[in-house]
Parts: sequence; C-alpha cells; structure tokens
Amino acid sequence: MTIVTEKPHAEKVSVKNLKFFYGDSLALKGINLPLYENIVTAFIGPSGCGKSTLLRVLNRMYDLYPKQRAEGEILLDGENVLSPKQDLNLLRAKIGMVFQKPTPFPMSIYDNIAFGVRLYESLSKSELNDRVESALRRAALWEEVKDKLHASGLSLSGGQQQRLCIARTVAVKPEVILLDEPCSALDPISTAKIEELIDELKRDYTIAIVTHSMQQAARVSQYTAFMYLGDLIEFDDTSKIFTAPHDKRTQDYITGRFG
Amino acid sequence: MDVAKNPAAYAKRKRASSIAMGLCIAAAGIGLGWLILILGTLLWEGFGGLSVAVFTENTPPPGSQGGLANAIVGSLVMTVLGTLFGTPLGILAGTYMAEYGRYGKLSMVIRFINDILLSAPSIVIGLFVYEIMVARMGHFSAWAGAVALAIIVVPVVVRTTEDMLNLVPNQLREAASALGLPRSVVIRKIAYRAAKAGMVTGVLLAVARISGETAPLLFTALNNQFWSTDLNAPMASLPAVIFQFALSPYKDWQALAWVGALIITFAVLALSITARTLASPRNQK
Repeated sequence: MTIVTEKPHAEKVSVKNLKFFYGDSLALKGINLPLYENIVTAFIGPSGCGKSTLLRVLNRMYDLYPKQRAEGEILLDGENVLSPKQDLNLLRAKIGMVFQKPTPFPMSIYDNIAFGVRLYESLSKSELNDRVESALRRAALWEEVKDKLHASGLSLSGGQQQRLCIARTVAVKPEVILLDEPCSALDPISTAKIEELIDELKRDYTIAIVTHSMQQAARVSQYTAFMYLGDLIEFDDTSKIFTAPHDKRTQDYITGRFG
Repeated sequence: MDVAKNPAAYAKRKRASSIAMGLCIAAAGIGLGWLILILGTLLWEGFGGLSVAVFTENTPPPGSQGGLANAIVGSLVMTVLGTLFGTPLGILAGTYMAEYGRYGKLSMVIRFINDILLSAPSIVIGLFVYEIMVARMGHFSAWAGAVALAIIVVPVVVRTTEDMLNLVPNQLREAASALGLPRSVVIRKIAYRAAKAGMVTGVLLAVARISGETAPLLFTALNNQFWSTDLNAPMASLPAVIFQFALSPYKDWQALAWVGALIITFAVLALSITARTLASPRNQK
C-alpha cells in the first residue's frame, strides 16, 4: 500500500486500523485511510471487496444489525465515532448517506426534505420553506418540482428520486456525505446530473463515493482508494491511480483484467 | 424440445394440461358455488324479514313482533370495545417483533405462541375469560365479552402488523436512520406510514372476525332479551341471538335469526371489501 505524503488538504476523517466483522467473518482487514475536507474520495474494487462495508461503518449504519462489529478507530475531527459513547443520531446527522436505490419516504416531496430538518431545528415556516427550496436547488431538482411540492415523493422518476434523496441529505447540513453507488440504478442523463451535483457539493462537504464505474470515479473524484478482498490496496490521487498505479492488482483491475 | 419431432409427447402434455386445468376450474366452481348458495339462501330467507322494526325494536318474546335493536347495538358495543382493547396491544407487540426484536429469541417465542393463539378455538378463549372475569365477578357482563373478543383481536393484529412491517424495505429504515432520525421516529413516521394500508387491513380483518364470533360471547356476555347498555350486565349480540333464535321452535324467532345472519354477513362483507380496497396497490401511495 502506498500513501503519498504531504497532503495540502485538511483531514476530515481518519480511518485507523479498521477491522470489521459480519459475525465471525472478517470483511475489512485493517484499513488506514484519510478523507480530506472538500475533496471527493472514490472507492473502487470488485464486488465483495468491502467498499460499501467501509462506507456503512463510517456512519455506523451497521449498528442497526446484530452480530456486526468494528474494531479500530475512525476519527471525525479528532473524535472517535466508534466509541460506545458516540450518539448515533448526532453522528448520522453529521455524516449523511445516499443509497444505491433511491429511497424517498412515503410522503410529499416537501415533507421528504422538511422531515429531517424539523427534527433538529425549530425553524419558522418561511425559514423552513427557504431551506427546502435551497436544498432542492442544490440538488438541481427545484425547477422540476417547484410546482408540485406536495405531490408524493414516489411519483418522481428514478433520477429525480435520487436527487430528492441528495437534497434531503443536504438539507440537514451534514459535514460529510457518503454516496453508496448513487447512480447504479439511473440512466446516463440522470447520472451526468448527479455527477455535476457531486462536483458542486464538494465545495461545502467532504464526500466519499462508492462506485462500480471506473469512468465515474475518474470523473468525479480527486482521490481514489482501490480495495480488494477487505484490504485497501492503493490510495492515491485519482489521476495517479488511473494512469500510473503502483500495485499490480490495481493495474489489473482498472484495465479490466479481473473483477 | 422440438414439437414437430415428437407430436405424440406434445399431445400427451397438452392433454395433461387440460385435465389439470379442468380440475382447477371445477374446484374453484365448487368453492364459489357454495358461497353463492349460502349468500343466496341468506338473501332469500332474510331479505323478506328486513324492516325498520328490525333496527328499532328489541328482541321479542316468542309469538310477538320485535326486532334486533338490542343485539345490533350489543354487537357494535362489544366489537368496538374489543377492537379498542386489542388493536393497540397487537400493534405494539407486532412492532416490537418486527422492529426492535427482529433478530431476537424472544420474538421467535412470541411468534410461536401468537400463532397458537391465532388458531386457538374461540370457545377456549370464552372459557378462559369466564374463569378470570365472569366467575370472579359473579355475573356475566359486556366487559367480559369485550375482553374475550380483544383476546381474539390481538393475535390477528400482531401477525399482520409484524408481516406488514417486515415488508417495509430495510433500505427505507436505513435511509431514515442515515438522516439521524431516532429509531422511534423512524418507526412511527416512516415504517408505519409505509405499512399503513396493510396494518389497517389487518385490523379490519380482526373486526370482521370478532363480529361473527359466538362461542366466546356465550360464556362471557351471555345474552339479553332486553335493551341494555350497562357494561356490567349481560348484553345481547347478533351471533348469540342468532344461535338462540335459530335453534328455537318458533317461526318468528327463526325468521329474525335469518335477518340477523343477513345483517352480520353483509356487514362483514362490507368490511372485507373496504379492507381489500385499502390494501390494493392503487391506494398505496
């Protein structure tokens, strides 16, 4: 594994010797990795390599299920999020997540976004309206839905639903956004919109994206981590990973020889 | 396989298919036939007896005019009370099993016992309530009837609530949790909302089930020839009145039993149709 020294960026999240278990099976075998502020970090690797698992450890999504546990440290601004004292709801409000399939809540477009906001902040009606509008604008969805904010979130197309989910995540003002294959269920036009959006969002957030598309990783990220069988094989500038990888396995994967 | 190469085998398969399909249609026809026969008999025998008096007058002594007002009201009161007692209990237990204890041993035990309760003969439930309430209080009462009905409601609602919540995709829960919503909010605002149609259907099915139950009421609410809304006294109910009147040798009592049966059947039918409509995909937003 190679880590390039002298990073110009602030380290928002540091993963230190992270091990993760599903029951008895070891899914992450000691991962060390930084996520830099205002940078998009892509995770690539063949199915089952642990990239989604890593993402789900960052906001402790695994805590919803029994028999899953993590060892090691994940520091968010210096605080270990794996500590049992960590308040999970506060953590998840700080580290937002967008999933593979769009998951709008069974309620109106407006409420999909206002729902999470209302829980953490008591805003006046006009402030809340503004927040909903700005979140929808950030997700490049406002123009398409501004006349039907009270229609069901489920009435939107797949690409619109995914942007709604991003808007919902942005609305609660997180610091880090995790994207778990956000475009895998979308057509190329929606994918392009979401990629543009990711580029926009990195000005304010720290972003980690898991993707199966190497082109996507190359397009949207500044850093790329290649994972294989629960190990982090290589982590570097995206351009270096795709042009001059150090590890043979990385090279084989990005040239399509396995995976 | 190429049909042209082996026409005999193909003809045989077609024959077997038509025989199987014929048997299926016949079975469906027989099933439906009985249902139509039952509904037809009910309409034939009961419809003529329908009148305003049925809804305004109380059950008469043999040989005189009367209606079923006390029985209808008694059934309504006990069904509503039974549903009110049983539904929250069932929904909470089902929620525990599907949301908090989904992977736990306790849930497995509860599910097993609940399934037994679900198929327990209702007369056993009647006897149980007789022992714990009627025998101790020293008299039959509408309260005891409502409790017996509630005990029938609980397992039905537990089962449907759990099943419906299990159908809510975990992704939706994860998405809600990922926003930092506490578990209780995820359940109340997201999971319940997504499972609402199915849960309501479950409650309506439970109501349909208890509104036709006779056995648990015979030992608890007994019956009452007169108008009574006193929950501490025996109370009339349609099933109990039908049971009593249909077995009697009096023609006018028998006619009223038919009317009662007609009212119950169509009330339950209406409830089932409502339940189906609510559960249909068209109505699930």
